[in-house]
Amino acid sequence: MVDSPKVYFVVYVALLILLALTVGAAALDLGALNTAVALLIAALKAGLIVAYFMHVHNSSRLVRLFAAAGFFWVLILILLTLSDFLTRFWVPG
Amino acid sequence: MHPSIVASERETNSLGMWIFLVSEVMLFGGLCTVYLVYRLRYPAAFAAGSQRLDTLLGTANTAVLLSSSLTMATAVYAAQAGKKRLMLVLLAATALLGVIFLGIKGFEYWQEYREQLIPNLNFIWDGADPLPARLFFTLYFVMTGLHALHLLIGIGLVGATPLLRRIRPFRDEPAAPVELAGLYWHFVDVVWVFLFPLLYLV
Repeated sequence: MVDSPKVYFVVYVALLILLALTVGAAALDLGALNTAVALLIAALKAGLIVAYFMHVHNSSRLVRLFAAAGFFWVLILILLTLSDFLTRFWVPG
Repeated sequence: MHPSIVASERETNSLGMWIFLVSEVMLFGGLCTVYLVYRLRYPAAFAAGSQRLDTLLGTANTAVLLSSSLTMATAVYAAQAGKKRLMLVLLAATALLGVIFLGIKGFEYWQEYREQLIPNLNFIWDGADPLPARLFFTLYFVMTGLHALHLLIGIGLVGATPLLRRIRPFRDEPAAPVELAGLYWHFVDVVWVFLFPLLYLV
């Protein structure tokens, strides 16, 4: 169930590169996209940690189901909540 | 013990920890949703508040936690390979990196105290939108404070794993406490991976 330390080190380097990307992307001004890009890279990092460090990629289907359930719960919470607030036509100021 | 019993016990241990982690995901997910809603409502004030945070220290802290996840994952490998000394060294390194994170965080909090950014204590805001800016800092302290508390518990857990190997539930599976502590530790890392860009990189 466990990977070799080499795999972990490769994942670690990838995570550091993604961290540099996150900070670099924040320095650019992409307007509304900034949040989306930052969260996307964060999701990638989280995915790597969950899959490799937490051994999910070579776990049983049931474990993967539990992990996926947590992820989808948060996704539904955020998407449905934001779909409400983003469509309320805020008055500027 | 029969190999298939060991395998299913291992899975059961994992599932138990995962259920707990999913409940923690709900906790932090709810907080992040609150943050997202108010950030979309007051983008300028939240951006201004975020500017006052130390991005350099935040980045350093993220690197520290990612490194601790590496040492923790390798400690789990060492535990399962029966390499006891390597495991102990790596567990100590993981705990040390966790303490370093808390030290840097504490230093940030102290800086924020000196700059008078702590709501209900000494919060002063010179720019526009003082109330939304204050809200940003309330959320910042609650979210990072809750995360730091989880990290502190994680450090205690990592320190306790060499002792937990001796208690009855784990006598046949001495690597199990290390694996389970690892799952918890990586979860705390994942939470920070999201908190960092949300709070520091607006």
